[in-house]
Amino acid sequence: MALLDKDRIFTNLYGYQPWNLKEAQARGAWDNTKALIERGRDAIIDEMKASGLRGRGGAGFPTGMKWSFMPKQPPLDQAGNPKPSFLVINADESEPGSCKDREIMRHDPHLLFEGALVAGFAMGARAAYIYIRGEYIREAETLFAAREEAYAAGLLGKNACGSGYDFDVFVHRGAGAYICGEETAMIESLEGKKGQPRLKPPFPAGAGLYGCPTTVNNVESIAVAPTILRRGAAWFSSFGRENNKGTKLFQISGHVNRPCVVEEEMSIPFSELIERHCGGIRGGKDNLLAVIPGGSSVPLVPAADIWDAPMDFDGLKAVGSGLGTAAVIVMDKSTDIVRAISRISYFYKHESCGQCTPCREGTGWMWRVMERLRTGDAEVEEIDMLQQVTKQVEGHTICALGDAAAWPIQGLIRHFRPELERRIAENVREAAE
Amino acid sequence: MADRYIEPDTPELRARWGNFAWTAENAEKAKDVVSRYPAGRQRSAVMPLLDLAQRQVGAELNTQGWLPIPVMEYIAAYLDMPVIRVVEVASFYTMYNIAPIGRFHVQVCGTTPCMLRGSDDLLETCKSRGMKKGHISEDGLWSFTEVECMGNCASAPMVQINDDNYEDLTSARLNAVLDALARGETPKAGTQDPARHTVEPVGEPTNLAAMITENHDYRSEW
Repeated sequence: MALLDKDRIFTNLYGYQPWNLKEAQARGAWDNTKALIERGRDAIIDEMKASGLRGRGGAGFPTGMKWSFMPKQPPLDQAGNPKPSFLVINADESEPGSCKDREIMRHDPHLLFEGALVAGFAMGARAAYIYIRGEYIREAETLFAAREEAYAAGLLGKNACGSGYDFDVFVHRGAGAYICGEETAMIESLEGKKGQPRLKPPFPAGAGLYGCPTTVNNVESIAVAPTILRRGAAWFSSFGRENNKGTKLFQISGHVNRPCVVEEEMSIPFSELIERHCGGIRGGKDNLLAVIPGGSSVPLVPAADIWDAPMDFDGLKAVGSGLGTAAVIVMDKSTDIVRAISRISYFYKHESCGQCTPCREGTGWMWRVMERLRTGDAEVEEIDMLQQVTKQVEGHTICALGDAAAWPIQGLIRHFRPELERRIAENVREAAE
Repeated sequence: MADRYIEPDTPELRARWGNFAWTAENAEKAKDVVSRYPAGRQRSAVMPLLDLAQRQVGAELNTQGWLPIPVMEYIAAYLDMPVIRVVEVASFYTMYNIAPIGRFHVQVCGTTPCMLRGSDDLLETCKSRGMKKGHISEDGLWSFTEVECMGNCASAPMVQINDDNYEDLTSARLNAVLDALARGETPKAGTQDPARHTVEPVGEPTNLAAMITENHDYRSEW
């Protein structure tokens, strides 16, 4: 069954209507937010836990549980004063293929601000920082303007929504570093430093921004919260399979007839998502080569495995990949698959922050070998060597960028090794002629 | 890591930018920026202030703007932090131009989702107009960079030029945008597909059709 429009959270996803406060309120945003807050911290967190919402930024960690990690009583600083807590909203959407948070921020920013208040209250935060990627220039302008509106209407700031709770939201623009999407790199960047990830522990919930308890959540996770609280956990969890609940923004790019961003229910089969919203694969179903189902860092899935796969965390794990941000990159048979993956390797080389040696050196090394495999200018043994190097990068770095650089290459070798060998063989033959 | 080179600190550079200070308008903005962060944490403002300074330099030069070393020193003094910490930030984040730049910074996204939709053609289009990666054109109008994913994948391929995105491009559509900019016009930003609004599936709507004509409130249907 298809998701009905009435069950879509982001009704202005395509921006046909203004994003402004008046219109957003007419669509249901900021509707008696005070009553949501009056339910109390524990009730909000319990409802979020019951809804089954898993973080929408890629890792899929249960959102309600994440909120519950924040200290109930604020820790004291050296002078014995209570430390403030912070909510940091990750709007540094930079994973190749991902383009959903942009639509929320430019077309329905008030859902995000309302979510920030509710989430911030539930975790006892003093303020929220929305860290928006620098390249989203117009989107940041919308956020600044929407923030002004919310403050002018008394929805944020002192006694937010008349709830008696003081809560500030600030917008902070990044400046073009993918790595700042990693939560501790984001905190470093917010503190005015290079965005290089921190070692964990301590985890941000213990010592994050300015050494204070901090939770970092994705834009979509925060923006869906008010609607979940209004309609109830049972409503949200009526979509999707067990452990994969709710509705989700899917972003389909590449070789489909009608690329788009669309809100659908979790666990929708790949074929249905593509046929219903994207006008099918370019050149028909038989022309499908492979799909990267969750943004560039997850391994690709060949056509035969993806077609009936449910688009959710567990369904894509079962085919050796992952849901990630639900950024679906579709590749038809005209694709130079080795080049497509090599270009992703270049991306990770470009975006490595340079802190850990396996990643700083490994991403460049892997890209250079990928470029030689693309033209076939390599030895067959180098395929295995590349595989081994990806294993040496994976899991040996402070953050997951090393893993993210390794997985696409592992996926390519797993599914397209004959293609790599063919290119090498042809290159050798050409050289002999 | 990205290969970037900082414009050397020379007596000429110092003579030109040594007296950099906020304009009256930007001085107000800078104060507002610093107020977003807790007292004593003014260092957090380094990123927005570098952006503000770059824009001020750009307004003065009629380009996208860049950050000469003396300007970074000004920011460091303003925020009471070591100069090297500012230079470190400016050279780490790619949106800070650490060398002079043209009037229009044409940033073609070349990452896989755009590549699949034809960004090669866009790169070729730029080259055929005489643009060279990492260089300013002779007339000072164009700087050209291939950038990494800009997050417009459902309306790929795309180009960001200064503050605006141009999406759903073809070679012809990009040429039209660049011609308009060269003539001093302001082409419409966003998708360049006349049949498309933003990132909806082009053609017959598959969802949220009621929103097209009115600000529909779905709550009565819950």
